[in-house]
Amino acid sequence: MGPTNQVLTDGSLAFDGIDMVFPDGTEALRDISFTVNKGEFVTVVGPSGCGKSTLLKIASGLLEPTGGSVSVDRDHLGYVFQDATLLQWRTVRANVELFSELNDVPIAERRQLAQEAIDLVGLKGFEDHYPKSLSGGMKMRCSLARSLTLKPPVFLFDEPFGAVDEITREHLNSETQQLFLREGFAGLFITHSISEAVFLSTKVLVMSARPGQIVAEFDVPFDYPRDPSLRFDPDFAELSGKVSVELRGSHS
Amino acid sequence: MTTTDETPTGTPATGMSRAEQLARATLPPLTLGLTLIGFWYYVSYIVLEDKRRFLLRPIHQVIKVGFLDADNRTEELLALWSSTRIALIGLSIAISIGFTLAILMSQAKIVEKAIFPYMVTLQAIPILAVVPLISFWFGTGATSRVVVCVMISLFPIIVNTLFGLQSAEQGAHDLFTLHHASRMTRLRKLMFPAALPAIFAGLRISAGLSVIGAIVGDFFFGKGDAGIGQLLRRHASRLNGEELLASVILSSLLGVVVFGFFGWIQKRATGRWHDTISAEV
Repeated sequence: MGPTNQVLTDGSLAFDGIDMVFPDGTEALRDISFTVNKGEFVTVVGPSGCGKSTLLKIASGLLEPTGGSVSVDRDHLGYVFQDATLLQWRTVRANVELFSELNDVPIAERRQLAQEAIDLVGLKGFEDHYPKSLSGGMKMRCSLARSLTLKPPVFLFDEPFGAVDEITREHLNSETQQLFLREGFAGLFITHSISEAVFLSTKVLVMSARPGQIVAEFDVPFDYPRDPSLRFDPDFAELSGKVSVELRGSHS
Repeated sequence: MTTTDETPTGTPATGMSRAEQLARATLPPLTLGLTLIGFWYYVSYIVLEDKRRFLLRPIHQVIKVGFLDADNRTEELLALWSSTRIALIGLSIAISIGFTLAILMSQAKIVEKAIFPYMVTLQAIPILAVVPLISFWFGTGATSRVVVCVMISLFPIIVNTLFGLQSAEQGAHDLFTLHHASRMTRLRKLMFPAALPAIFAGLRISAGLSVIGAIVGDFFFGKGDAGIGQLLRRHASRLNGEELLASVILSSLLGVVVFGFFGWIQKRATGRWHDTISAEV
């Protein structure tokens, strides 16, 4: 499955002229083209309902675009949803093992992959807990760990931290950044929080309201690792302001 | 990721001792039970005059004649065994049919659309109306009793199982789709476990209904060994108040035991991961 990756010359994940019109006539996306390279963390911000999530569904193959093409290695695609979507009847460990299980990975290897991922997201000691006894943030960590078992070269994040409180969100942002630095995947992150977008990314893309189009692109110059206090830096505020202006423009 | 900034939420530690918990759980129903028994005596002795007392015999008489008398006891227990057997056979058949149909319906919307109206129709048929037909087709023995039992207990199993199988969230389905899970894997690892709480809810209802079905069936189809239904009929016609009440008590006990049994299995199967909201027995 490694070789399929090599086919791509210009990026780990590439969208080429993606159009998406739903059967009911709703035009969700129009002519989306961009690439996410290894070592890049690209965030798409946009008003709700602009088709941001649709873009990730197309990248993963859950949806077939009506126009254009995507190139990505789908066998090792990290993908976390808005909800943690844990299986309630499985413990944390069994949830994290799910993908290996579905892909017929031998049990010993499955165990090891799961344990590494669990340690990485800081859920050590909670392996035998059921989701009902986990907090929102811990559920999300479990969901991240589940994708990490795939050793993903490309990681899609669909507004994963929208449902947790502000403090937990900041923690999870820092931890996501550490994962990005450590694992070196190409990250594509969806959010409507400008501060989250700027804090995490190497590049921020602004998407317009329906039909979704990329209307602006900002490179984020800050060095990694980024400290949470960066959020109060004047340069950070200035860049956030620019993104905000574009975002507001995209609403009309 | 090294920090764990939140603590898991769990069941709150209760400051009560076991004895205190037990008392809290048993005292209210016990008190109500004693009050009802008191009311029973009040009706038997104060409200009813001597010659009408057969309408509601005092409880110790019921126990003495119905359960402590050796002959009556043997008769009651044999009838109880007969009805239990019919109920269990009927319930097993209902579970097999119900699971099969629900799984078929969960696999294709078109199958669901085809079958469902007929299930509703079957559910709406008053058993009394088909009693002549059933005896016509299956005779007046155990087979007909089982048929009645299946007809009465089938519907909740189908509806709850189907509802359960369809309850897995779309996101979870997407995960299985992304990893190319087969239909069988999806059913086994996603839809079936997700359905368990609903399946058990259906089973508990159907288990209770199967007891009713067995007794109703027995009431109409008396060939072969007599079940509780036959006893009820016999005692009622002979105005044997004590035995009649004893049979009523036995039949409700059977219902409670079956209901409680499935509640217990449910707890074993889903208690660790699912907070079931239902009556405890």
